[in-house]
Amino acid sequence: KSSKSPKSPGPGKAGDAPNRRPGHVRGARVASPPERRARLASPGPSSSSEAREELRRRLLGLIERGGVVIFSKSYCPHSTRVKELFSSLGAECYVLELDQVDDGAKIQEVLLEITNQKTVPNIFVNKVHVGGCDQTFQAYQSGLLQKLLHEDSAYDYDLIVIGGGSGGLSCAKEAAILGKKVMVLDFVVPSPQGTSWGLGGTCVNVGCVPKKLMHQAALLGQALHDSRKFGWEYNQQVTHNWETMTKAIQNHIRSLNFGYGLSLREKAVAYVNSYGEFVEHHKIKATNKKGQETYYTAAQFVIATGERPRYLGIQGDKEYCITSDDLFSLPYCPGKTLVVGASYVALECAGFLAGFGLDVTVMVRSILLRGFDQEMAEKVGSYMEQHGVRFLWKFIPVMVQQLEKGSPGKLKVLAKSTEGTETIEEVYNTVLLAIGRDSCTRKIGLEKIGVKINEKSGKIPVNDVEQTSVPYVYAVGDILEGKPELTPVAIQSGKLLARRLFGASLEKCDYINVPTTVFTPLEYGCCGLSEEKAIEVYKKENLEIYHTLFWPLEWTVAGRENNTCYAKIICNKFDHDRVIGFHILGPNAGEVTQGFAAAMKCGLTKQLLDDTIGIHPTCGEVFTTLEITKSSGLDITQKGC
Amino acid sequence: MDDRAGQWDYDLLVIGGGSGGLACAKEAAQLGRKVAVVDYVEPSPRGTRWGLGGTCVNVGCIPKKLMHQAALLGGLIRDAPHYGWEVAQPVPHDWRKMAEAVQNHVKSLNWGHRVQLHDRKVKYFNVKAGFVDEHTVRGVAKGGKEILLSADHIVIATGGRPRYPAHIEGALEYGITSDDIFWLKESPGKTLVVGASYVALECAGFLTGIGLDTTVMMRSIPLRGFDQQMSSLVTEHMASHGTRFLRGCTPSQVRRLPDGQLQVTWEDHTTGKEGTGTFNTVLWAVGRVPDTRSLNLEKAGVDTSPSTQKILVDSREATSVPHIYAIGDVVEGRPELTPTAVMAGRLLAQRLFGGSSDLMDYDKVPTTVFTPLEYGCVGLSEEEAVARHGQERVEVYHAHYKPLEFTVPGRDASQCYVKMVCLREPPQLVLGLHFLGPNAGEVTQGFALGIKCGASYVQVMQTVGIHPTCSEEVVKLRISKRSGLDPTVTGCG
Repeated sequence: KSSKSPKSPGPGKAGDAPNRRPGHVRGARVASPPERRARLASPGPSSSSEAREELRRRLLGLIERGGVVIFSKSYCPHSTRVKELFSSLGAECYVLELDQVDDGAKIQEVLLEITNQKTVPNIFVNKVHVGGCDQTFQAYQSGLLQKLLHEDSAYDYDLIVIGGGSGGLSCAKEAAILGKKVMVLDFVVPSPQGTSWGLGGTCVNVGCVPKKLMHQAALLGQALHDSRKFGWEYNQQVTHNWETMTKAIQNHIRSLNFGYGLSLREKAVAYVNSYGEFVEHHKIKATNKKGQETYYTAAQFVIATGERPRYLGIQGDKEYCITSDDLFSLPYCPGKTLVVGASYVALECAGFLAGFGLDVTVMVRSILLRGFDQEMAEKVGSYMEQHGVRFLWKFIPVMVQQLEKGSPGKLKVLAKSTEGTETIEEVYNTVLLAIGRDSCTRKIGLEKIGVKINEKSGKIPVNDVEQTSVPYVYAVGDILEGKPELTPVAIQSGKLLARRLFGASLEKCDYINVPTTVFTPLEYGCCGLSEEKAIEVYKKENLEIYHTLFWPLEWTVAGRENNTCYAKIICNKFDHDRVIGFHILGPNAGEVTQGFAAAMKCGLTKQLLDDTIGIHPTCGEVFTTLEITKSSGLDITQKGC
Repeated sequence: MDDRAGQWDYDLLVIGGGSGGLACAKEAAQLGRKVAVVDYVEPSPRGTRWGLGGTCVNVGCIPKKLMHQAALLGGLIRDAPHYGWEVAQPVPHDWRKMAEAVQNHVKSLNWGHRVQLHDRKVKYFNVKAGFVDEHTVRGVAKGGKEILLSADHIVIATGGRPRYPAHIEGALEYGITSDDIFWLKESPGKTLVVGASYVALECAGFLTGIGLDTTVMMRSIPLRGFDQQMSSLVTEHMASHGTRFLRGCTPSQVRRLPDGQLQVTWEDHTTGKEGTGTFNTVLWAVGRVPDTRSLNLEKAGVDTSPSTQKILVDSREATSVPHIYAIGDVVEGRPELTPTAVMAGRLLAQRLFGGSSDLMDYDKVPTTVFTPLEYGCVGLSEEEAVARHGQERVEVYHAHYKPLEFTVPGRDASQCYVKMVCLREPPQLVLGLHFLGPNAGEVTQGFALGIKCGASYVQVMQTVGIHPTCSEEVVKLRISKRSGLDPTVTGCG
């Protein structure tokens, strides 16, 4: 795959540019930006022994991946000689220049502990410590080095990714682009209702994509309603056909599944539709639909198995209830629906079902959209309530009973109050559980190789380079502990992980100021901190919050309600009024929020918002004219126009 | 020094009650000053007139965006069956109903502006103003009654009006402009739009969208001054959605036929032949002229550009007469946009009466053209970036993408396109952003801030996307034009 470099590079060439390797030698230094020196260890206030342990794990991670690893100094002539030797042998090297990373001295100390050698270059070939420059040349002359180099094929793959969702696929594809031999294992365990799907993971099959399309379908219902006010004439009662919509959406999803398979083939990633499970170090068992088992080995692994909807653990739930795994491909209209839960999944599903004209009830145990700004969450809920969604507050279901089979059938739900002894009983056609999601980490043999998980949540704790407690095993996506569960985050972290693993870059995934949007009937977009979190971190007196209600121009003629859409920013008074929280409730909130998220990356302040000219007439422009602070207590309702 | 100093009727007199003038007047009143606004709408040649608020509210952004919305809803109605809504097609459109709704909204805004002035104790005169001397203005009311108003500071914010190609026979008698289209009681029917400005394309776009047979006649290029690659995608999209284009043509005559239809004759400069067609309506959108002629500017000594008749000002918006200022579309060399006029007016009032020294920054002003496929932009066009920095120092990242919502109804997304113009040298400062697609205005606003903050390509790429949106395509731009790679986005990754 890579061309052989000349046997002996010109003396001047190697001398004056020791960092610029001829041919294919890839070094970590390549992508470290000149103004910001790379660090191998994570920064942070952890104790020195912890930090030392962390660094040790990382170095072992580097070494364990196999291949040639050279710890070098860019000015060291011995290092240069060694690099030239490997280059002439056509071997790809991972070079870490210890004089060009911030923690070079510490790395050297840890290397001393591991190898008993303090000097550079310090060379590993396929996990074997060869030594310094002299030992390497001795090994070359004795033929040992060549033998070590050829043990490269000890593993079947350079990388095996478990899970073909957003994060897994992006990581696998990027690794393949970097010339690595990569396998993806993906297997969808059917839901208790028997639903399964193709390649691409949650987002494509049972998440973002079908939900946004159903949301769009519901918005079209509103648009039809509006359109009469804008002069479009039709008199018939418009009804919604669930089957037509679902078929169209499923067709689109199938084309995406196909596209993913194709792009893996194009990049020569081996795709195996089997369930992956660790059996021993570096070895995985893949079980296909027919129960046939195959074993594969790899130098490194990425776990990207994602999550699946949680069940209540009450009588009748797995037998009769559906989840978001089932809803988007449901072959019949769900009819009168009870949505259990107050997560964004619950509210989004309840929102579009109500938009189709269905009778929808949401049963909420405590609060809406936990973790999101609660003022916004409350407004999201009240808009839904005003648009036909019924909320049952502070109740939890205790039993689901089937009264009638059918498509849909009839289910009796018994629920009890969380505060007292009150119970209620009601009949629905469909019960949709959206009470949370569980990580798929307990049945993939992690215990066999010692990958630690949070026993309570099932999530996998990782360091800032997505490395698990086992140095050669990494994890991305929804299973990460304490990281946002979002497709673009998984894609970004998967891609960056592959680049770091295979020496193309040192860039880490930045989980700060990740924007997101909840596609409820009135969309809610946000970036940065919620008001609660901001107060917790910065104290109320150090914050200034600007806010306003607004009336989108398109809503005026349509006769939709004024004083419903809402914009809010949270600024840190003692940091130049820097915007630390951005919140918008209104149409196209996702489209509005994205650019502001980019601006927050660049250090957005209130002053900059004020200095920026609006685009008229849009909803986004409201942020350029925010004047009223929350602390002033002034009225933000819009009177007339 | 004028010996009447300190005895003026007002601290500030604003001529023109449009976006800029009203913002300036209200801000000054807020700062405790005695302020008056004079506003008068000279009826268009077709006799159309309107209330307080200026072009944007009455014959610009507001009615235009609402009619654009009506057209978009037409598209959504066609999408609806694919999403399961059982609507019998085709659905006819009633101009009268739309126009009435739009006009009612505009009238409520007129009223709102009156109330706001009243609330802030700004005196409002519905009179036509002309300078008597550099501190005095004569106002003439509709009935001919005259009034003299004097002020310490005077702001000219009279805006502009559509240009009529007076040299074309029949143009004035039979044509209409954007001053009239939004106030028509009856459908304009089969329409010829002459011009290639954003006004021309926006009007042609919504007319086509509500089902009218619409033709655009343009002499040369569309959207002069905008990025030309984007401009041609805009017209390509319109053409593929039913708008007819007559390129390289200029009208020479408009005649009224006995049946009331208008016969238009034009020269086709590519073939050298003459063409002719009949239309119900001819809409001129060939540019705008500043409303300065009746102001008697020479009496006050205010200089204008001899070629454009626009008023010349310095960075503080002051004219050649230090206490007379001008803001908005009437000023030479300013972007003709409502939010710039509003901000300029406010900042001016703050400088005059609030002790501020903040100047208006006319750089990196974002804008959006509300054609059927919206085009939002901020910063430099690709041509301008290359002209300023040289081809070798500019890197353009681009993508053809498909909005998720287009998939189910099988809409064509050939023209959905985004490009970011950057300096090539790391960290690749962003010079311009161009976005063509649904909700372009909403998408562009936030990025405009980023670009104002001095965003680099690297920073934009470090921003996590919001999935699934159109705007996330901006933070996923990986393909440079220079690479020659296919910029078509596939899948979600």
